[in-house]
Amino acid sequence: MSGKEYRTITDVKGPLVFLNKTEPVAFGEIVQLRLTDGTVKNGQVLDTSNDQVVVQVFEGTARIDRQTGVKFLGDVFRLPVSKDLIGRILDGAGRPRDGGPPIVAERMADIIGAAINPYSRRSPESFIQTGISAIDACTSLVRGQKLPIFSAAGLPHNDIALQIARQAKLVGSDDDFVVVFCAMGITAEEYNYFVSDLERTGALENAALFINLADDPAVERLITPRLALTAAEYLAFEHDYHVLVIYTDMTNYCESLREIGAAREEVPGRRGYPGYMYTDLAMLYERAGLVKGKKGSITQFPILTMPGDDITHPIPDLSGYITEGQIVISRELHQKGIYPPINVLPSLSRLMNAGIGPGKTREDHKSVSDQLYAAYAQGKELRGLVAIVGQDALNERDLQLLKFADLFENKFLRQSRDEDRTIESTLDLAWDLLTNIDTKFLVRLDQKWIDKYHPTEKKE
Amino acid sequence: MSEENGLIYRISGPVVTAIGITPRMYEVVRVGDEGLMGEVIELHGDQSVIQVYEETSGISPGEPVIRTGQTLSVQLGPGLLTQIYDGIQRPLADLEAKMGVFIKRGVDADGLDMAKMWDFKATVAVGDEVAAGAILGTVQETETIEHRVMLPLGKSGVIKSIESGEFNVTQTICTLEDGTEIAMMQEWPVRTPRPFVQKYAPNVPLITGQRILDFLFPLAKGGTAGIPGPFGSGKTVIQQQLAKWSDAQIVVYIGCGERGNEMTEVLTEFPHLIDPHTGTPLMNRTTMIANTSNMPVAAREASVYTGITIAEYFRDMGYDVALMADSTSRWAEAMREISSRLEEMPGEEGYPAYLSSRLAEFYERAGRVQTLAGGDGSISVIGAVSPPGGDISEPVSQGTLRIVKVFWGLDAGLARQRHFPSINWLSSYSLYPQALDQWYRDNIASDFPEVRTEISALLQVEAELQEIVQLVGSDALPIDQQLTLEVARMIREYFLQQNAFHDVDTYSDLNLQYAMARAILSFQEEAKKAIAGGAGLEEVVNVQARTDLIRGRFEDGYADRIEGLVAEMSKQISTASEGN
Repeated sequence: MSGKEYRTITDVKGPLVFLNKTEPVAFGEIVQLRLTDGTVKNGQVLDTSNDQVVVQVFEGTARIDRQTGVKFLGDVFRLPVSKDLIGRILDGAGRPRDGGPPIVAERMADIIGAAINPYSRRSPESFIQTGISAIDACTSLVRGQKLPIFSAAGLPHNDIALQIARQAKLVGSDDDFVVVFCAMGITAEEYNYFVSDLERTGALENAALFINLADDPAVERLITPRLALTAAEYLAFEHDYHVLVIYTDMTNYCESLREIGAAREEVPGRRGYPGYMYTDLAMLYERAGLVKGKKGSITQFPILTMPGDDITHPIPDLSGYITEGQIVISRELHQKGIYPPINVLPSLSRLMNAGIGPGKTREDHKSVSDQLYAAYAQGKELRGLVAIVGQDALNERDLQLLKFADLFENKFLRQSRDEDRTIESTLDLAWDLLTNIDTKFLVRLDQKWIDKYHPTEKKE
Repeated sequence: MSEENGLIYRISGPVVTAIGITPRMYEVVRVGDEGLMGEVIELHGDQSVIQVYEETSGISPGEPVIRTGQTLSVQLGPGLLTQIYDGIQRPLADLEAKMGVFIKRGVDADGLDMAKMWDFKATVAVGDEVAAGAILGTVQETETIEHRVMLPLGKSGVIKSIESGEFNVTQTICTLEDGTEIAMMQEWPVRTPRPFVQKYAPNVPLITGQRILDFLFPLAKGGTAGIPGPFGSGKTVIQQQLAKWSDAQIVVYIGCGERGNEMTEVLTEFPHLIDPHTGTPLMNRTTMIANTSNMPVAAREASVYTGITIAEYFRDMGYDVALMADSTSRWAEAMREISSRLEEMPGEEGYPAYLSSRLAEFYERAGRVQTLAGGDGSISVIGAVSPPGGDISEPVSQGTLRIVKVFWGLDAGLARQRHFPSINWLSSYSLYPQALDQWYRDNIASDFPEVRTEISALLQVEAELQEIVQLVGSDALPIDQQLTLEVARMIREYFLQQNAFHDVDTYSDLNLQYAMARAILSFQEEAKKAIAGGAGLEEVVNVQARTDLIRGRFEDGYADRIEGLVAEMSKQISTASEGN
């Protein structure tokens, strides 16, 4: 069936092209469109029947006319994979963007990616030290996790992602991460920032980049993360690499999804996003993890900007249901000049308990983390009260908690962009701050940890 | 008629249209050269619309579609327990053996092990007259669960021969006078509820060992509960706790559209868990269905039915079954996704108009019943709901709330304060206490319902006082109200909070729950007396014995010591007042 070129385009609508009367065309098949001026565009079959085929065109439908020749290539979309991907910069459709030669494929991998049998997964349980206290102590990351950064316009999420990419390591292991970076619709400026930082720290040699910029075709964004994850799966499960996938910005990806849905006149779900967005996002996020019998792992760091800082917006909301927690960046902290402005209260790591504790981080980690949360949450709540009634109305406990909240933000959260704290120093710092609260109010701490770690009350 | 062939006409994601066949609704068909499994969900002139349970990319129009003549069914018989299935009852371990760690398509696997030999012991004799659902004999399926082999529905008669011995699930164990041969395995279409004689009123509690659930918002055996919770509010942990600790004999856990890593945690953790009721592995009484969010959406839609059918089968043997579905929102979204592919007119928020009737049908399959065999069995259904943005005004939450009798309202705010289980004691409710109170009086303590009322009243009063405190601070309150706040704090921190990851605290039996609740009331009583005698609030609250009482719940043997600790606390509090 390949080889034949059809000139039966009936309709062109947004990024979609509709064709009549073809030989049977497979669902998901890739398509080449030859324009009358000789330009070649690529697409993929979205809907197929004996009478009509719908093709989504990655490069946009500009200048396509009824004379455009359409060729079905008899295969689904594939990425040439080989270890040579490491150190390369590719565009959003997998073509070299760094001026280098084409990737010599070890094999061609289907980019859709099969689901991992849940029975064949291994539980993620290796603590990754990011060197950022807020994350390490309160939303600990483990290898194989997918932990998105929920940010918003104007916040330093890129700095945080880069700091993590730079500092992430397993305690007591020399294994480095290979970074797969996937850009969807970010600006050239942001892109340059990422690349120059990766270059500066030498991480670029250990990274594969898939880049779709803001002025690249929007529909292409739908395949860019699939390419990146296909590369990640190949490196992790065929070559034992520990892969850290950073993708930014998921919001742009979802916009593209909505664009296609609208062009197909699908029944929209919330805020116009398609009803299958959950499944679609799951098919990306769920490509993180570890599997039995393979040493490698895929850890994902999707970055998404919440439109209007709204965490209930469908994009963060659906993401939060699939990912294993979230790191929430706070505008309030950012405006107070605190970097990294991570609001630990709505942040969460669902796999934290599996990755911390004796032998992994430290035996008191869980208790300390719970106590930090509780004290900070109460302290923050008291700020609201103080605004109404003033400090005089507070009792001793409340005053201590109030003071603690300030210290927590200024001493614990705040660190510099290249400050790499070990988990021990993070936990010790937490204990130092907790001395500002009477032990009798520290109800989340087991007495044995107070006896062992409390700087002033410990029993030698 | 069953081997009728047609052709694929159109493919759009998981929805395939076929021509040239005239199947019945919900009939299973084989789609394409690879024979992917699908189910007919709409008939449209000469076109049949099929939802396909596997990924459809690479399939072309013109490929064959073959009828099977059967509706989507599960295989029922010995071997269900300890299994981990996907949404259409394919054992995940078999899939791994056949195709490695990634799930490829077009692979079939039987739900039951066809080769395994089971030791069947007949419990009826030649000449006995048996009706459908009658128990013919037993098989020790796992160490703790005896599988009761039943006469399949639609069969009845006089037994001509029956034999004890080693059989696999398809061998004949029994013949009837009319020549019908009976094997241990039977099949049942998942979308049809299995019949029973009658439904009973729910008047026995399902004991979960979770204090806030058992004590304040109990679920009856055969009841239904909904857990709506925004993400990050600890819903999954509660469901897992219920699966581990509830006193149902059989647990069916449906992971529907959930996270792979979490499912794995359940799948790896369960086999290591020891059932506190029997001391043997928990998996011995568990069947799991795991369909993660990236597995095909149509299989997700089916997974809930697969699960409840298995639950009904065990109910029919006379067992109490607890079924957890996590999450029914994912199931509803699967319906929505398929409905939108069918270009159906959408109801609210794009969900199909039949959403609430499907939800109702599903929850109606719960209940405590008299089985066809004459015994009692029950299915308690606990459905998690994941409302987008935590807003329970959305259709799935609302459709669920209209049906379920218990509402365990998870609260992200509590979760943020690390108050777990983060069930909001003000918004949650249970409609069962009235029906269950007699049971509590007879089995735990004669004043159990009164103690519960007192505890929940205190929490209610606290909520009202907190509003005042927000404005004027707690010091401005009279001392008795400050004491009420302290007592309520004790209820929250000592009683309602429970650490699922702590070896001891993870489970409290009803007697201990009652004792802890009484301990709180004793504290209130003693403190009131002491304060009336002139003691300060701080002195009373800070007595060492109270701290010991509170911290003691993390230690083994607490149930035995609690009485002594309470007595010591009372003594110290009264001493405190004497000092003044």
